[in-house]
Amino acid sequence: MKAGKVMITISVMAVLNVCAASFVNEHILLPSKKLKLEIPSEFPKPYYLFYNNSISLEKFNLGKKLFYDPILSSDSSTSCASCHHPAEAFADRGHPLSEGVGHRLGIRNTPSLQNLIWKDNLMWDGGINHIEFQPLSPLTNKDEMNENLENLLIKLRRNPEYKAMFKSAFEDTVINSEMTLKSISIFLGLLISANSDYDKYVRKEKSFSQEQQRGLNLFINKCSHCHTPPLFTNNTFELNGLPYACNTLDSGRARITGAPQDYYKFKVPSLRNVSVTSPWMHDGRFNTLESVLDHYADLPSSTTSGNPGLQSIGPISNDDKKDIIEFLKTLTDTVFLQDQRFTMDHELLKKN
Amino acid sequence: MLLVKKYLALTYLVTLFFLPEVAKFIPFSKNTTVQIQFEHTVYNDVLKLDTAKYFNAVGQPFSITKFKYYIGNIILQNSNGTSYRHRKYYLINEEDEMSKSITLHDIPASDYTGMSITIGIDSIDNCNGVQSGALDPVHGMFWSWNSGYIFLKLEGTSAECSTPMQFFEYHIGGFTADNNCIRTTSLQFVKPAKLKTKTRLSIILETAVDKILNKPNSIDFSVLPTITDRKNAKLMADNYKDVFTVKELRYEGR
Repeated sequence: MKAGKVMITISVMAVLNVCAASFVNEHILLPSKKLKLEIPSEFPKPYYLFYNNSISLEKFNLGKKLFYDPILSSDSSTSCASCHHPAEAFADRGHPLSEGVGHRLGIRNTPSLQNLIWKDNLMWDGGINHIEFQPLSPLTNKDEMNENLENLLIKLRRNPEYKAMFKSAFEDTVINSEMTLKSISIFLGLLISANSDYDKYVRKEKSFSQEQQRGLNLFINKCSHCHTPPLFTNNTFELNGLPYACNTLDSGRARITGAPQDYYKFKVPSLRNVSVTSPWMHDGRFNTLESVLDHYADLPSSTTSGNPGLQSIGPISNDDKKDIIEFLKTLTDTVFLQDQRFTMDHELLKKN
Repeated sequence: MLLVKKYLALTYLVTLFFLPEVAKFIPFSKNTTVQIQFEHTVYNDVLKLDTAKYFNAVGQPFSITKFKYYIGNIILQNSNGTSYRHRKYYLINEEDEMSKSITLHDIPASDYTGMSITIGIDSIDNCNGVQSGALDPVHGMFWSWNSGYIFLKLEGTSAECSTPMQFFEYHIGGFTADNNCIRTTSLQFVKPAKLKTKTRLSIILETAVDKILNKPNSIDFSVLPTITDRKNAKLMADNYKDVFTVKELRYEGR
């Protein structure tokens, strides 16, 4: 009978394991009701599901503090948030190129940070293969934070506030790279935007105006080959038809792969919250959405040939442009842009 | 009751299915130790950083300032055709004496006829997020802008280098099919290594740094002073494929 009991216990454990595995995909509840991972119903399964990095409020708060802290840069001048502003979907409005320590300019426009767990790789060139490795790139880039991991850990280890926060997040007196990068990943991973007027339209909670509806139809025909809903990116690297910029010498995806066919290709950016992230394109060369559409409407056939994404655009009339822009504005998620859980001023979240 | 028993038996089988590793039996032996020591040499002499002057195959003088590399997937083969596999990674660093000796405990007692050892990090461990220990990115063996581990770093100076301060810098890595720099050396022991309980077996491996510059691809410092991304990396990976030789087997405690 004893053996029977053991068997029951083990089998119950196994059944629970299986259940937990299927639950976790849809819903991860946090210790606090203020913070939970909800996978929007229209979205596919994320690439990052916080395996080996379970979500907790303590880790989230630590990750958020690190995100906003210029201690990450070599001269304590620049934090992640210096270029990633929450009200601009964590992009950098008004700045074509990102600006790091010593006002040094990078070669690319600051991308927005949202729905990152649905990306199989990150950055304009896709060089980062995992969200937990992502913070290392701006941290060590000479034109961004210009710091190294070893030095950052020294600074964190002698800071009493961090000592306490790492201890409560990881129940350990050690502070190491894994903890640092994983807690930032918790913060980044929970930046989810899926509450725009477009989403409400899809969920039949809101109707579109005539212009918005016409803009959506045009968008689907002309733009969705690359900017595919619901994430408004197909997560691949594409030619954007722009001439090579001599000031940035940026070969795009080829910088990572070295492959001839990858020259000047860039990761298709999501268009969620696009109307608050000016200027646009990988090098921020366009200041208005009109000029972005002008560019795509006017591509010479020598550029579009052999490129199904660019070919599908075709001519865009002025009325079309207006309506497409009306539609793009419906992708703005004000709940996300104003979410106090993600802003610095908000007092660190406390457990209920 | 019979039904219950049937149900239990079924769930037990299901449980076994869902509990990997635990159910499989690996005949570990208590109190066995295998120590693998790495001796870094250049043309059969012990490697001396910074000060010693060497010449490569094309007659160019050089000195070495840094030499470190990841090893892993150590496999010990025994005479009956089975093998013991140790999956951990180690970072071997010329500047860190402790790192040049690794100790494996409770290895199955057997007569081992050979071994294989791999330089590099498996693709899964290159893509699965941050880790601690040997794979902690703090060790300066990780490309932060192009995710992936640097498997081997060989740095130094040569008068033939056109770089500032005349340095050469070889950072070798790459785990994708078209850029694979993971290389395994297979080694046979002259006499079988007999590992018994309460025995410590030391395998002294020689790492011939000169091979990495010379064989089969002879590196010309004036043509290729740096390899710091995946371009050209395979040239050097092919050179470190057979970089290890067994120098000696030592026993203690028999």
